[in-house]
Amino acid sequence: MSDSASKDSPEQAEFREYCRTWLQDNRPPDPTVRLPLSALEIMTTEQLTYLQAWQKAAYDAGLVGCDYPEAVGGGGRKDCQRVANEEMLAARMPYFPNIIGLGMAAPTVFYHAQDELKQRLLPRLFSGEDIWCQGFSEPGAGSDLASVQTFAERRGDKWVINGHKVWTSLAHFAEWMIILLRTDKSHKYDGLSYFVVPIRSALGKGVTVRPLIKITGETGFNEVIFDKLEVDDSYRLDELGKGWQVAMTTLLHERGAGELQTPRSGGLKNKGSHATTAANLIELARTVQRDGHAAADDPLIRDRIMQQLIREVGFAQNQRRARVPDLLDHPMRLLLQNKLLASEISQQTSELALEVAGASASLYLGDDNAPAGGQWNLAYMNSYGMTIAAGTSEVQRNILGERVLGLAKSK
Amino acid sequence: MTQPDNFGFNEEAALLKSSARKFFADKFPTSTLHALVAGDHRPDRPSECLWDRSLWQQMVDLGWTMLAVPEASGGVGMPAVAVAGLVEELGRAAFPCPLLGTLSATYVLAACGAAGEQALAEIAAGSSAALAITNAAGSWSAGDTDVRFADGKLNGGAWYVQDARKVGRLLVSAHTDAGLGLFWVATDAPGVNVQADTIVDLTRDQAHISFTDVAAEQVSANGLAALGQAMPAVWTMLAADMVGAAEWQLQTTVEYVGTRQQFDRPLGFFQAVKHPLVDVMLQIDQAKSLVYNAACAIDCEPGRALQAAHMAKASASEAAAYASGRSVQLHGGIGFTWECFVHLYFKRQKHSQMLFGDAAWHRARLADIVIGPLAATAS
Repeated sequence: MSDSASKDSPEQAEFREYCRTWLQDNRPPDPTVRLPLSALEIMTTEQLTYLQAWQKAAYDAGLVGCDYPEAVGGGGRKDCQRVANEEMLAARMPYFPNIIGLGMAAPTVFYHAQDELKQRLLPRLFSGEDIWCQGFSEPGAGSDLASVQTFAERRGDKWVINGHKVWTSLAHFAEWMIILLRTDKSHKYDGLSYFVVPIRSALGKGVTVRPLIKITGETGFNEVIFDKLEVDDSYRLDELGKGWQVAMTTLLHERGAGELQTPRSGGLKNKGSHATTAANLIELARTVQRDGHAAADDPLIRDRIMQQLIREVGFAQNQRRARVPDLLDHPMRLLLQNKLLASEISQQTSELALEVAGASASLYLGDDNAPAGGQWNLAYMNSYGMTIAAGTSEVQRNILGERVLGLAKSK
Repeated sequence: MTQPDNFGFNEEAALLKSSARKFFADKFPTSTLHALVAGDHRPDRPSECLWDRSLWQQMVDLGWTMLAVPEASGGVGMPAVAVAGLVEELGRAAFPCPLLGTLSATYVLAACGAAGEQALAEIAAGSSAALAITNAAGSWSAGDTDVRFADGKLNGGAWYVQDARKVGRLLVSAHTDAGLGLFWVATDAPGVNVQADTIVDLTRDQAHISFTDVAAEQVSANGLAALGQAMPAVWTMLAADMVGAAEWQLQTTVEYVGTRQQFDRPLGFFQAVKHPLVDVMLQIDQAKSLVYNAACAIDCEPGRALQAAHMAKASASEAAAYASGRSVQLHGGIGFTWECFVHLYFKRQKHSQMLFGDAAWHRARLADIVIGPLAATAS
């Protein structure tokens, strides 16, 4: 932290000091329930209530939405969210439950909504009182996102929505959904429009949310069915037919390449916490026996763990180099790698952990003898969520090949 | 000590890097390299030492060969991150010259204390040098040498000496009665016999050198310590060269698959071509970030330099291997011919991959640091 602190502007330095003191004095009580690995697997209201209380406290203290203008409920600061994030992560706080809202909905609403709508939506998004979800994918529209068919038909100043969204994390708790809709069937890209839709108030009245169960056995994402849901035209973001462009703002932030820093907290140790890191992999290798010796003494295992460590450090150093323009040939080259690398490195590390674990890799969460409480299995299986969601690794490679290397477009 | 967030890569470093890129692009395009080194294609061609001495002299005159020499010894005293930027551009051009060897000798001499100052002054005055620290078995471990120093004379042999026929000086490691010593020897000194190796790489020369009663100036009585301190810089600079060469391989291949049409489309349209090229880019970027990380550690946090340099060289070796394979494969039939330039970089990279330790060698040493030494296991 001292590294970052030494380069603070006066405003950042003062804010950092404030954050540090506030976090010291206002540590939330320890959770009484097991918290999942991330907000995307929140299953119970007990888990949600605990995490919402933390987000509200952090927002009220000015640690969330720091760089947004005061008029929309932000802190009106300049480049301070990064500072708050660093301090919250260093202090090992709980994570924020409104992850889709903070990371994707907030920047999209901020850049594309009318002022009145921003002022109404953003404060309760920042505070976590309103949980948000994202309605992009459909049964027939995955990697080819622009082929969404959920249709909004105009009726005066209202729209009537019919269709089916899938993989909708947090929809079971969400008040609001950002949604990509087809408003014109004759144009693929230009026939899309982008809305915010209140879904909780419409449950049973045009909106049905049904949980989808993940390969891990956890719930957390859903399918959402729209049956003649009526919404006001004032909930449309940007112009009619500009939905694809608005969606790009969402996706850029989702993949960690956007302008606005996402408020980020986390690091709290609890029964469910687990980090998919090379350091934890080494710990595992020290405790597991392989042919009568610690796995950490097997030269092949050591080599593969080092490969993962090198990838992990290389990724961290990419983040550092991304801020040195003189060492970049293309401004988006490193930023557009973030999502792909984070998900694939984590997948490789957890996959290797299960090999290192040997026979004990068969044990899952409910078994007292499972290494790290069975969390490596959970992390490995969940890693496929990361390499598939938010644009699969294959789509990420298309984007990098086309936007950065300038290769011919696949579509 | 803490590291600056920008690796310490300041305006001066950026200027050096961009002027180096322009220098090589203007004066030494790949067509010039090919014309210079690829005249004789016969697989059993005799060893040759083909290079552009006058361009090298221009580099010397620009002060590039003494960038790493401390100011106190008459050099520029540039930080390693700035030097790495220059070397990355050298690698991009695959320019045959003894810059890597001269820089390597510089870093070792700078770790030798007062006894190394005279030799450093010679480098500052324009001398070029090579490391002669490897034995006949090709061991990259410091201290494994087949040269012995006794009664004021060097005897024995040094192997895998890089660009030996281009340099005026050798930095030789030799066993002495008091441990490993380092010696500074002129390549034309009596008793020094430079025997050229016939190598695959057309952009370098390599030799094994025999020493017969060679009078030598000792620059260090504690060679293991000096090499231990300097090798991270040697590996990092070689890795920087490989990153630059890999970037050439990537850009050249991207350009080709954008032009070449099959099935009525440019090759780059096909994901079987597009995705491997993205993977080449990912590997280059990882290696490049690790190179500047290692260089910054050398400058600002020497305690972390060893780990960081192992990572940089391991990563660069992997990236070079992958970029090389893809550059030939994705050029298709033409990529398999002597007339297509990609083979020059393919061969340079293959050489660089193994030089001073391949990826697995560096990872094994990294593991010793990070996990702890391999426990002696009874088999």
